[in-house]
Amino acid sequence: MEGAISAENNLIAPIDGKLHGAAIIAAIKQSGVQTVVTVPDRTTASGLLRPISQDNELRHVLVCKEDEAVAISAALSFCDHRALVLIQYTGLLDSINAVRGVAVEYNMPICMMVGLLGKEPGVAPTDSNQYGVKIIEPILDAMGVAHLLIESDADVEAIVPAIEEAYKNSCPIVLLIGRPPTAPGDAP
Amino acid sequence: MMKRDEVIKSLIGRLPDDQIVVAAYTAAFDLIALRPNPLNYISSGAMGLTAPHALGFALGMPDRRIILLDGDGSLLMNLGSLVTIANAAPRNLIHFVCQNGTYEANGGHPIPGQGRVDFAAMAKGAGYASTHELSDLADFNDRIDAVLAAPGPVFVDLKMVPGEAHPKDYKIMHGPKIREEFRAALKAG
Repeated sequence: MEGAISAENNLIAPIDGKLHGAAIIAAIKQSGVQTVVTVPDRTTASGLLRPISQDNELRHVLVCKEDEAVAISAALSFCDHRALVLIQYTGLLDSINAVRGVAVEYNMPICMMVGLLGKEPGVAPTDSNQYGVKIIEPILDAMGVAHLLIESDADVEAIVPAIEEAYKNSCPIVLLIGRPPTAPGDAP
Repeated sequence: MMKRDEVIKSLIGRLPDDQIVVAAYTAAFDLIALRPNPLNYISSGAMGLTAPHALGFALGMPDRRIILLDGDGSLLMNLGSLVTIANAAPRNLIHFVCQNGTYEANGGHPIPGQGRVDFAAMAKGAGYASTHELSDLADFNDRIDAVLAAPGPVFVDLKMVPGEAHPKDYKIMHGPKIREEFRAALKAG
């Protein structure tokens, strides 16, 4: 059957399923996030970043490099101000040392939403033909960083508890965006 | 050329007890030796991240002035942070860089561009509200009050040589105690 977790086809979500950007943004707000710190990512550019940048309820901070976003989020957490880092997986790879030093070794609640550019819809990241996508979850596992795959609308409900948990336990969480979320105006 | 400990002493003598100071590596060790205060934040996690931490504090506490004592090696590691800060335009951030031309915390090796790199020009080009370059202690003492009163983001390149060396205890810098004390001091107001 297409779309179920299957040892045969390694599908983890419907190939033709939907991931609505508006639902993710609603979850981000519901989790108490006030600031989104970003470097643009093609996977999330239309469905998340553009509407977030136009949303008066969220402060949008542009950074030049993803490790800046990790540090900014850490500092904001001292001010009881929740933030979300919205980047591409390449940026996560580039900021591994910041994640290591700030998020992991300092036990900081760094919440990252990471677009898996090029991941095949419905295929588990570790089964991707994209080398960079394939190595993300094993790297996070090696670092002891919790991660969740957000691939379909059904996965979105995990966002709020994941962010709550990160702030409650003061630890990082990576929410991997497995397909481009739909943007306002896209076909339903 | 002024010495780092002399200029830091002069600066901290002008700061109230509730002033938040974010500092990088060698400047951080000088700071905690010369100004023991829980509102010193010295835990950047990695080189290049001190300025972004300071920006986060400035954005999270817009009613409090944030003073950043950056290092030249640390700033070089994330030069884009100049543009990030200028773009965010926090009026409450004053960004000092201690330019001694060396990776002092890493064996004293020279930074790229030692003696030539112009940080103030870079900050001006990035869009800081004002930029300054100071290398003489008397000049620093004459101008620092106006610098501290100016709307940010302000950038101040402090051209200096190492002064008195203070202990570099990385367990203090990276251990949890100093951050817990900082958090408690913030909550206490």
